[in-house]
Amino acid sequence: MAKLPKPDQLLNIDFRPPKTGWTETPVDFRPGTWLYPGKPESLQTVGLPNPRQWSPEDEDWKLPENWKEIILEGLRERLGKFRSLQLFMDTCVRCGACADKCHFFLGSGDPKNMPVLRAELLRSVYRKDFTTAGKIFGKIAGARDLTVDVLKEWFYYFFQCTECRRCSVFCPYGIDTAEITMIARELLNLVGLNIDWIVTPVANCYMKGNHLGIQPHGLVDSFEMLTDDIADITGVQIELSFNRKGAEVLYIPPSGDVFANPGTFSLMGQLMLLHEIGLDYTLSTYASEGGNFGLFTSHEMMKRLNAKMYAEAKRLGVKWILGGECGHMWRVINQYMDTMNGPADFLEVPVSPITGTRFDHAKSTKMIHITEFTADLIKNDKIKLDPSRNDNYKVTFHDSCNPSRAMGLLEEPRYILQKVCNNFYEMPEETIREKTFCCGGGAGLGADENMEMRMRGGFPRANAVRYVHEKHGVNMLSCICAIDRAVLPPLMHYWVPNVDVCGVHELVGNALVMKGEKKREENLRFEPIRTEEDEDV
Amino acid sequence: MGLKFSLLMVTALILGVFLGVEALGLSYLFGVIIPYIALATFIIGFVYRVVKWGKAPVPFRIPTTCGQQKSLSWIKQNKIENPSTTSGVVARMALEVLFFRSLFKNTKAQLVDGQRLVYQWEKWLWLGGLIFHWSFLIVVIRHFRFFLEPVPAFVRLIEKLDGFFLVDLQNVYLTGVLLLVAITYLFIRRVFIPQVRYVSLAADYFPLFVIMGIALTGILMRYFTRVDVVAVKELALGLFTFNPTVPEGISILFYIHLFLVCVLISYFPFSKLMHMGGIFLSPTRNMANNNRAVRHINPWNYPVKVHTYEEYEDEFRDKMRAVGLPLEKDGTEGEKEAATTKE
Repeated sequence: MAKLPKPDQLLNIDFRPPKTGWTETPVDFRPGTWLYPGKPESLQTVGLPNPRQWSPEDEDWKLPENWKEIILEGLRERLGKFRSLQLFMDTCVRCGACADKCHFFLGSGDPKNMPVLRAELLRSVYRKDFTTAGKIFGKIAGARDLTVDVLKEWFYYFFQCTECRRCSVFCPYGIDTAEITMIARELLNLVGLNIDWIVTPVANCYMKGNHLGIQPHGLVDSFEMLTDDIADITGVQIELSFNRKGAEVLYIPPSGDVFANPGTFSLMGQLMLLHEIGLDYTLSTYASEGGNFGLFTSHEMMKRLNAKMYAEAKRLGVKWILGGECGHMWRVINQYMDTMNGPADFLEVPVSPITGTRFDHAKSTKMIHITEFTADLIKNDKIKLDPSRNDNYKVTFHDSCNPSRAMGLLEEPRYILQKVCNNFYEMPEETIREKTFCCGGGAGLGADENMEMRMRGGFPRANAVRYVHEKHGVNMLSCICAIDRAVLPPLMHYWVPNVDVCGVHELVGNALVMKGEKKREENLRFEPIRTEEDEDV
Repeated sequence: MGLKFSLLMVTALILGVFLGVEALGLSYLFGVIIPYIALATFIIGFVYRVVKWGKAPVPFRIPTTCGQQKSLSWIKQNKIENPSTTSGVVARMALEVLFFRSLFKNTKAQLVDGQRLVYQWEKWLWLGGLIFHWSFLIVVIRHFRFFLEPVPAFVRLIEKLDGFFLVDLQNVYLTGVLLLVAITYLFIRRVFIPQVRYVSLAADYFPLFVIMGIALTGILMRYFTRVDVVAVKELALGLFTFNPTVPEGISILFYIHLFLVCVLISYFPFSKLMHMGGIFLSPTRNMANNNRAVRHINPWNYPVKVHTYEEYEDEFRDKMRAVGLPLEKDGTEGEKEAATTKE
């Protein structure tokens, strides 16, 4: 694996574009910036084309003989299927408003990380084969032939976009690079170009129900470890149920939270809360993944993985579905699930049995977000909270890309945070809510081999955290995304040491006063609570 | 390269009309035939492009949400930036089309002291773009005076407002000047901002030069060389009433002006200028974020291969039984069944 440069070396960013035009500047497959290709077994598991051993560093990528034909035909097909693609290919005026909105551009200075140029990578090929001007005038009209080098460039840069949609907020025509990247990745997948950090979780999720590939008994064990920890900390023993028919609610958290800190703490908080209010719910081992790496592969793969949620809800006969703290999961649920795998006419409009609140905004999809559910509980005074148990922490909140820009879930988590902790500080306006910056590892790019690029892409986020860390002594970065909880800790360690990462429900779990609990001396991390002074000053 | 090519093209076009009218006397070609062809190309091309986009399906509802969603009753929704109703969408689109809402959000990110990212106020592109587009629109409306007789009241009103300022006892139309200033600004920023220059194509410079040419010749004719306005109006009215005539004595400047307009509108449907029609169709802006309340239909939705619960249980039945998970089929029945079939 490539050696990670020191922060000050990394910040030696040259924002001047190269002397050579972008079509004449070849990609430099420098270690630390790209990801390993998908393992052939994983491709075979889900029936993706052209499984083989290959490396981006090789000259020969072992493409199928008619690869060009496949890609162009694939592009033609998608132009006919997506109005968005046609429009986003045709309407860009290259005004450059998007240029400095991309975290990868801000962290690398590479002009091909400007959203406009990332899109031009595909647009140039589109012009050549699908527009009159491009066919006649060629290069002068910004058209170019699809060659192996172009394909390599696509692989590099479309797996260097986290589909965060920040650029689309600023684009005067709403051009969404996420949409372009999603479709470009579909095309790349047609000839077997993909990355293992996406394909293997996809294969795992398809066969075993979750990205990490944990089998049913392993999953049950892991949850038991969490309930054991909860019992140690609170004295309250929680009984969980799995695959239970007739439960009122099916609860689906992202699997990342089951296995790694600090996601586990957040999941513990959710389990404690659901126990405390006595919700009649079940977990599922078959639909044990909230996330959906199919979203980072193709629309079809997204649908194939997502299908499990409704199928399992139907099999178990629940009334509605509750989803955990996960970012891209909510892009899928909010913008795709019902269209792809609905209608969920076998479910009922979600109603909180505790407060009686009817969640009409989810009356068709029948699935609500845990922060919507919890905010409603708190608002209706249904749980007892002691925010002083989080006094160790000065908290800020990182809006995850998808809940903010593909849903608009902004106030629910903030309301909860205000109620469960006493010290909450917002990062600067330009870096939160719909303008939030990506963690640098979304859309399947959270691997280790591209660590340099992750640190670069995460720099704008870290920069904003450092601001509140220095100004207010913030030491805890809260979020509602499992990828964030995996990706942000190393990012903080690199850029802003002394800031930890947590899920919103970890803080809920700390503050939650449970019936029959013992005197709480430790928080969910087994750290002593209520220290006398602020250690971070 | 794109810049030089475009400049050369526009120069050649101007030279062409100059030679055509002055040397070859092709004033009917440039005054009547080309304008008709250009207008037809514009209308047919524009409609064709919009219809083509319109016919493409919108499989998913993918608005970019820029504010609080509609969820719990006591949380204030941002009804415009994250609309859940048609009226919200209309408001969002109106702000976008009329006031360039998204561009107004623009900031400039800068790395200072080599280690801190700061976001600075940067509304110049928004201002330049807004002035350019609005000025252009008003200038176009003002030109109705040449096509319509009697001149409609709203055209007169706009002229009056636009010509409020007097310079040397002459009404100067503000928008004409602003149009030239704004287009020059848009050109300068394209050349001087390294990143923007790096992504610019001939297709980005060409319309800028054409519009600059149109504005310049227009201003020259109105304030400096004084064309025969009566003759121009006669030509314009003739075109408009499909009774074309070419009066004598119209200055070459006018033919250049008219030809550049023809170039612009006939180039329009083949170019990025179609953003004018495209913005209305953009699915990240013109859709409500009510996905969880109202099901969106994908016209090409098709069945996909999934891994069913039954297949999953078949694979893991023993392990599931061992940890006490409920099963659909107790594996032993299956074995019995298999045994019976064998018999």
